[in-house]
Amino acid sequence: MAKKKATRKSAAAKKQPAKKTTKKTAPVKAAKPPKVDKAPAAAPKGALGIFLQEISAAPWMVTALAIITGLVLGGLIVALTTEQMYALWSTSPVEGLRAGWQAAMNSYTALFHGSIGNPTRIIEAFQGGDPAAIRSAINPFFESLNKSVPYIFAGLSVALGFRAGLFNIGAEGQLFMGAAAAVYVGFAVTGLPAIIHIPLALLAGAAGGMLWGFIPGLLKAKTGGHEVINTIMMNYIAFRLSDFLLRGPLQRADSFNPISPFILDSAKLPRFFEAPIRFHLGFFIALGVAFLVWVLLFKTRWGFDLRTVGANPDAARYAGMNIVWVTIAAMSLAGGLAGLAGANEVLGINHNLAAAFSSGYGFDSIALALLGKSHPLGVVLAAILFGTLRNGAIQMQLTAGIPIDIISVMQAIILAFIAAPAIIRTIFRLRQPSHGEESVRVRGWGG
Amino acid sequence: MATHTATLAKTGVQISSTRRIVMGVIFLALAAVIWFYFGQGMNPELVTTFGLNSAGSSIMLPDWVFNTLNTLNLLAGVSAALGAFQLARGFGKSTNLVLGLVVAFFLFAFLSWAAAGASLNLAGLLRTTLQRAVPITLGALSGILCERAGVVNIAIEGMMLAGAMVSALVASLFNNWVGLLAGIGIGAVLALIHGVLSIKYKADQIVSGTVINIFSTGMTSFISAKFLQKYQELNNPAIFAPIEIPLLSKIPFIGPILFTHNLFMYGMFILLFVLQFALFYTRWGLRMRSVGEHPKAADTLGINVIRTRYMAVTLGGMMAGFAGAYFTLGSVGRFDEVMTAGRGFIGLAAMIFGNWNPFGAFGAGLLFGFADMLASRLAILGVRIPSEFLLMAPYIATMIVLAGVVGRSQAPAADGKPYDKE
Repeated sequence: MAKKKATRKSAAAKKQPAKKTTKKTAPVKAAKPPKVDKAPAAAPKGALGIFLQEISAAPWMVTALAIITGLVLGGLIVALTTEQMYALWSTSPVEGLRAGWQAAMNSYTALFHGSIGNPTRIIEAFQGGDPAAIRSAINPFFESLNKSVPYIFAGLSVALGFRAGLFNIGAEGQLFMGAAAAVYVGFAVTGLPAIIHIPLALLAGAAGGMLWGFIPGLLKAKTGGHEVINTIMMNYIAFRLSDFLLRGPLQRADSFNPISPFILDSAKLPRFFEAPIRFHLGFFIALGVAFLVWVLLFKTRWGFDLRTVGANPDAARYAGMNIVWVTIAAMSLAGGLAGLAGANEVLGINHNLAAAFSSGYGFDSIALALLGKSHPLGVVLAAILFGTLRNGAIQMQLTAGIPIDIISVMQAIILAFIAAPAIIRTIFRLRQPSHGEESVRVRGWGG
Repeated sequence: MATHTATLAKTGVQISSTRRIVMGVIFLALAAVIWFYFGQGMNPELVTTFGLNSAGSSIMLPDWVFNTLNTLNLLAGVSAALGAFQLARGFGKSTNLVLGLVVAFFLFAFLSWAAAGASLNLAGLLRTTLQRAVPITLGALSGILCERAGVVNIAIEGMMLAGAMVSALVASLFNNWVGLLAGIGIGAVLALIHGVLSIKYKADQIVSGTVINIFSTGMTSFISAKFLQKYQELNNPAIFAPIEIPLLSKIPFIGPILFTHNLFMYGMFILLFVLQFALFYTRWGLRMRSVGEHPKAADTLGINVIRTRYMAVTLGGMMAGFAGAYFTLGSVGRFDEVMTAGRGFIGLAAMIFGNWNPFGAFGAGLLFGFADMLASRLAILGVRIPSEFLLMAPYIATMIVLAGVVGRSQAPAADGKPYDKE
């Protein structure tokens, strides 16, 4: 049983990296499952027909279409909530539709300019040759990468949990604990060179998050208390603790606001460019950690144990794997990853800790872990997408007047399609994949 | 199989000897905290004054003044005696009742200690506790409806938020009753989406609930930022006026606490009793529970599992929408972004705390409501414990309950599993 699972998993893992390029995938897939061609009633029409048919059965197709549909529906919502459209509708419906279309286009243009950059401005800046102008023109792109750093870590945290069959809703709380621990080491430990201080602060962040993941993991493994409720409870405990810390031990001495002191320069993650670009080392640390998680999950025996426990705990128990240990370790590691998200945010961007510093990472990270199919590479790509969207949305709010929350709506729509791929398959008349679709399953409260 | 029958029989709470001992130790520990932490170093001269008149009550009662230390010692002694009896003999089936009693003693001792040498309006505190318990209890009832039929609903928070916004918006346009109906309606719509995703498309129910939560948070904030802040008149509903129940509201002390609220409070009590009765004493409830415990068996007996689940989820959504309307039409009179502030999740915890049982959930809701109320009052009293740690207590208590220390909470057996007819 375990062996069967493993081969299926590794087959799935082989397919994942092919996500990057669309053209490579098609021929590989065409060669692989010959039996699929017999299954559908419709006969393929020439090479193009076969190509389209194979593409429509590819697992990444649903993901791509889900994202596109989400973006389109988001635009529709923007158009439908434009007052101008209704004002013009009474005089001429065509004008009204045009106004709605215009509003959607304006907001997506602003989104693009805010997340990637304004192409004309970039070209002008390069032609002008003023370094400051160039930096500010290309800043949106780097800021998007910055925004995606906590998403990568938090997404990896949730994805690791999913692989072990655990639903980590507590990334938010773990992230906060990590940030608090990292900030404390950042300002309280003095006299260290950067080369020691930065790793120390990062480790402290990981440890802070780890503690917040360890407790639900322990409770799950030893008592069966469901991790969804326990991590939600740990979130609230973390918020209360943060209130306490920022009004007590971590409060800045000269301030009445709940805000921590700034960390020392030696603990700040180095930035690669001058102001206003804040792109920092955290992005590459995140990529490195994602690679390590990939190695851990797919190249080590321990990762195999973890995935087996997640896929089929009964088989894992039968094979003699230590479920208690795997559960505790997986939850702790997930917590540690989320803690690193918080640590990177305070060491790289904010340089201090303020109340309500983390907002919505918990749920966003669930969305992007599912979008990335709980695979490290997928998570990184999904995180960059979300970071880009979030960053662009700020500009969208400023220039087009579209509230930033539209991104959450889009995320929810995308996630709904990912969670129920049958919807996308029905809308776009895609074929069923030859093997059963991998989807996340969480065990019920009973444990 | 034995466990199924036990849960279906509802009274089948097995009392193991470990559980008896753990309970006894908990009683003793609470007694010890009262004795040592609250009692030690207390000036024997100090008196606690409890005000017994809540605002607006017509009959005035004299304040309740008593010696703090003696009361603390008495409460500690009784709790310890109960603990000793529990260790020696055990209370059997009434263990939970005794636990409730000891917790009540503990909370009373805590209040007496906090108000030592000062005055505290006990009636006002209890009234506020009850009000804070309303949305939490309603949220828990929503969860019970869904989960007794085997559908996990972590989207209560999102449904509540949507209910709050839509009811405020519609009530501003038309009137409060239409607004209330619209709030309930949007809850039902979101629940149907949850149902379609998780029952029809068999998406994971927790993921599907997360979808609803993200969508609802995003959409309500979007509409609020785009319209409600610009056109203030769209976000200006009236609050349902309090209804004084004739005669009952004239009872001293209890009357003003229980019978001078608006429709949400009475609605909660009615729904609470109706649901408790319907779940455990009607054919409808038996069918629903059987779908949650063993859908295949229910299907064999001719119960339409899918339809039952849709019905349960929709009713649960309506309940959550009603809970959401409480925030705008029953309490604040305005919609603010993310105003439910996690009450839906707390409702979920209350549901588990109350062992998927309406009355139990209400008890848990009261506990959470009490903690919620304390948050605003403790700062005034100047208690020596940081209020943040007191506020953590209910969350920690939930985790302890979930860990099975205070008796294993028993989820419906098929909770969270999609039904494949095959």
